Amino acid sequence: MPEPTTPTPPRRAAGGVGTHPAAPAGPRPHAAGVGTSPARPEAEAKVNGAFDYASDLHFDGMLWGHTLRSPHPSAGIRAVDTAPALALPGVHAVLTAADVPGKLHYGLIDADQPVLAAGEVRYQGEPVAIIAADTLDTARLAAEAIRVDYEVREPQCDPQAAVDAGNHFRYQPVRLGEPVTAEAAVIIAREYTVGMQDQAPLGPESGAAVPTGDGGVRLHVATQWLHSDLEQLAPCLDLEPDRIHMVMAGIGGAFGAREDLSVQAHMAMLALATGRPVKMMYDRAESFLGHVHRHPARMRYEHGADEHGRLVYVKAHIVLDGGAYASTTDAVVGNAASLAVGPYEVEHVAIDAWGARTNNPPCGAMRGFGGVQTCFAYESQMDALAEALGLDPLEIRRRNAVAQGSRLINGQIIDAPSPAAPAVVGSDAVPQAGTAPSPAPPGAAGADARPFSPLADMIDRIREIPVPAIPAARDILDLPGGTGNTTHGEGVRRGVGYGVGLKNVCYSEGFDDYSTARIRLELEDGEPVATIHTAAAEVGQGHWNLQTQIVRTELGVDRVRLAPNDTKVGSAGSSSASRQSYMTGGAVKAAAEAARALWTDRDLADGPIEATRVFRHRATKPMDAITGQGDSHVQLALCVHRATVDVDVELGLVKVVDLTCVQDVGKAMNPNALEGQIHGGTAQGLGLAVMEELVTVRGEVKNASFTDYLIPTILDMPPMRLHIVENADPEAPYGLRGAGEPPTLSSTPAIVAAIRDATGLALTRVPVRPEHLTTGRPS
Amino acid sequence: MTTPALTAPAFHRPADLADALAHLAEHPGAVPIAGGTDLMVAVNYRRARPEAMLDLTGLAELRAWSDEGDAIRIGSGVPYARIVAELATVLPGLAAASRTVGSPQIRNRGTLGGNLATASPAGDGHPPLLACGARITIASTAGTRTVAADAFFTGPKRSVLEPGELITAVTVPKAAGPQQFLKVGTRNAMVIAVCSFALSLDLDARRLGTGIGSAGPVPLRAREAERIDLPWADPRRFDDALAAEFGRRVAAAASPMDDVRGTADYRRHALAVCAARALRRVWAAAHTEGSGR
Repeated sequence: MPEPTTPTPPRRAAGGVGTHPAAPAGPRPHAAGVGTSPARPEAEAKVNGAFDYASDLHFDGMLWGHTLRSPHPSAGIRAVDTAPALALPGVHAVLTAADVPGKLHYGLIDADQPVLAAGEVRYQGEPVAIIAADTLDTARLAAEAIRVDYEVREPQCDPQAAVDAGNHFRYQPVRLGEPVTAEAAVIIAREYTVGMQDQAPLGPESGAAVPTGDGGVRLHVATQWLHSDLEQLAPCLDLEPDRIHMVMAGIGGAFGAREDLSVQAHMAMLALATGRPVKMMYDRAESFLGHVHRHPARMRYEHGADEHGRLVYVKAHIVLDGGAYASTTDAVVGNAASLAVGPYEVEHVAIDAWGARTNNPPCGAMRGFGGVQTCFAYESQMDALAEALGLDPLEIRRRNAVAQGSRLINGQIIDAPSPAAPAVVGSDAVPQAGTAPSPAPPGAAGADARPFSPLADMIDRIREIPVPAIPAARDILDLPGGTGNTTHGEGVRRGVGYGVGLKNVCYSEGFDDYSTARIRLELEDGEPVATIHTAAAEVGQGHWNLQTQIVRTELGVDRVRLAPNDTKVGSAGSSSASRQSYMTGGAVKAAAEAARALWTDRDLADGPIEATRVFRHRATKPMDAITGQGDSHVQLALCVHRATVDVDVELGLVKVVDLTCVQDVGKAMNPNALEGQIHGGTAQGLGLAVMEELVTVRGEVKNASFTDYLIPTILDMPPMRLHIVENADPEAPYGLRGAGEPPTLSSTPAIVAAIRDATGLALTRVPVRPEHLTTGRPS
Repeated sequence: MTTPALTAPAFHRPADLADALAHLAEHPGAVPIAGGTDLMVAVNYRRARPEAMLDLTGLAELRAWSDEGDAIRIGSGVPYARIVAELATVLPGLAAASRTVGSPQIRNRGTLGGNLATASPAGDGHPPLLACGARITIASTAGTRTVAADAFFTGPKRSVLEPGELITAVTVPKAAGPQQFLKVGTRNAMVIAVCSFALSLDLDARRLGTGIGSAGPVPLRAREAERIDLPWADPRRFDDALAAEFGRRVAAAASPMDDVRGTADYRRHALAVCAARALRRVWAAAHTEGSGR
């Protein structure tokens, strides 16, 4: 099982605390502190294969759990006969809805999802029965032996039809100004479609449940939010929360897929029923069916602008398909609605956003969370407006860019970064000779009367970075089609496009979002050692490392340990919404400051010091149900992408040859990890642009495998040029701004804009498939 | 309902080919396994549940290739990585196809014999075998027979292979001119073919060979396209119209379907484009000094 990581500092702090324990006067630069890029505590184990992922869990005497899932998107269940499965040697338990000890439903926001289907299934892959057996193979065979008498029904798969019939999880309008009567010189009205993207974490859903002997259970599981799991599980298992101990298991990627429960309730039920440890691990196909996806979307947009390209009004009709159960659709719709026009000023707004209830696979959290779909639409609209007006695509964005003091469409006033002291530090994370001269810091030119606009500044910066001159004659690996040897230059055209994204950071709409950290300081061999205890999920983003950096900075100690993430400390909230650096980073900082204060008055030789702190961000408000107005967001983050693509216009194959990105991160807490986040977020946006789609036909998933659900390889993802801006947010710890999601928003529209530039096609759907580029192509 | 077997498959590792064939004769249900890159995926997903497995990886005679003068005899257990590394000069079309198979790990394990035995219409190795006129050697305790590549496939994932038979070798004529392999996929590497096309130009016999992958129930030859008149006497008379006509004939020979990887229309279109490009490339390579690809 995963052990607490015990990182030794990569190098000793020069002039740090020596063998004499002494209370530090205050935070000081530390060689492995905030702003540096020390090696991750778990890096070596992950690189050499020694890291224990949830799928590596093993307990003596453990059984294997497996799930029988519905093959039908919609069906009544007349009867479930488990006897043939129970009759198999090696099978220890077969449980159905009738065996759920407590509450029959769970859910992240609304508890509407059955632990096991009772009487009815509403999507393909819905769990119907669970089995515990000596081996996984036996458990799978037992699942095949269970007889389920289905009454197959016609599935409701059209989200618009569902909305029309009143089947939606949320409807959120936004109204501003006089959208009905507003008049514009130029009008662009188009309809956009976004396919169903999957998080495709490489680590499948996995975990183990171990009975504690007193009627309780301990769960080791790869999850994004231990305490939310616990809160949902306890009533279903009919256990007091303190009888369930949740421990984080090694996570192989998350991206939102691990926000909802998967194996948790099932393996706990099996462990409690058999009195033995039970492990569950999905295979790839089951993983695709066993977690939520990104909401597919159909969006009708109308933008009106004046003759200078300034937005007059935006109207949008947005339908997100939530699938069969609520999951986080409520919050996704809130984001889609409040971020529906992007980082642009506009007077008149009419947005109508729905989360439809259908028999398609349930959709919920994925990196970008409601911001991705609309970003593709509004950025495509901005390009269309620019084209209609003969404007440069960057210029039209600059003219409409929000600034300090601007009002977003939810009525919220942008109040950070501070216009008085914008701490702008430009740095090329991937320095390239002769590129990216830093523009003059904003505010330097006194003549500029406009309030500081971080977006206009970022647009100016990306404009200064030249489009790379990539030679035409190259190896086939550099050309569209890659290893397929489809072109040696035949049919290849170059295109360039831009995208801008606006993403909220932390939980919005009045949610009481907090995190907890405990720090213990003690002497070991005469040296101070700090132990950090939080429940924050390290999902690969480098959060463990960040915690140690914060503690080294605040306490000046070299030796920092991480206690296992579990529920014996308060909630850290979810590793999602780009929030953990802000929230658990803030909690660890506060706990470290408290420990430092205690340390000034006492000697560690007299005993250890312990401090626990809960950190909250500023309060937000719900969106008004009629107008969508309300200060619903905590922090807003911006990212600007430029994509350069080569398209084989005869075959419709695309090679993205360059991605340049300007992102405002407030403070680069760990530059190396930050670059990784921007690369990864950008790659996921690239995937949505040109290949990633979970295809469903009448509610059935057609490509639940990595053979047919394609994610970008290293050959599809170009080297990136990053320009990181640090406009500090005075409200956030160290001035940081959440960074993991914004690149996922802006890279997709930038790439599609570049493909439009190369092909001349309108392209209103992602992912762009080869046949979209070869049919209807202007000759 | 039959009670499924709960025992692990029996596993036999033969000492030599004769032992392997004898074992297969005795246990026709035993599934031969070499690289396992396809079979083990099927086993993991319970699409296949072999009662017994016959491990071919210890048979040295299947893991070697030999120069037979005008052809190369490739043991069925030779992995793609070795075809790429060792046979690219004499068999450029097959080597080009082999380069597109999966990832480096898959190419290190996956074999031509396994690809044939699976007989997927999307198998990357098949089109160049058709284009080059390769012959497949099949052995059993009853003896050995040889089947032309274009007579080997009988349907999707079906072939002439009978129970008790084992593919032992594939004999591929050495290239007598430029060859091309083009594979269309939605990703730039490590992707299953949406469609693929192999072309060989035999300068001695003044003949074209073709192979179409992933655009029909079986890998196909485009016989009408092979019969196109080429301006051998005056190679400069080769023009885009001729290449386009060749592309049309190749597309007409395909019988693709709509699936999650692509539409039938797109496959026909892409085949026409690929075939025209392939013909231009081989013609240019044959008639232009120093033109490599």
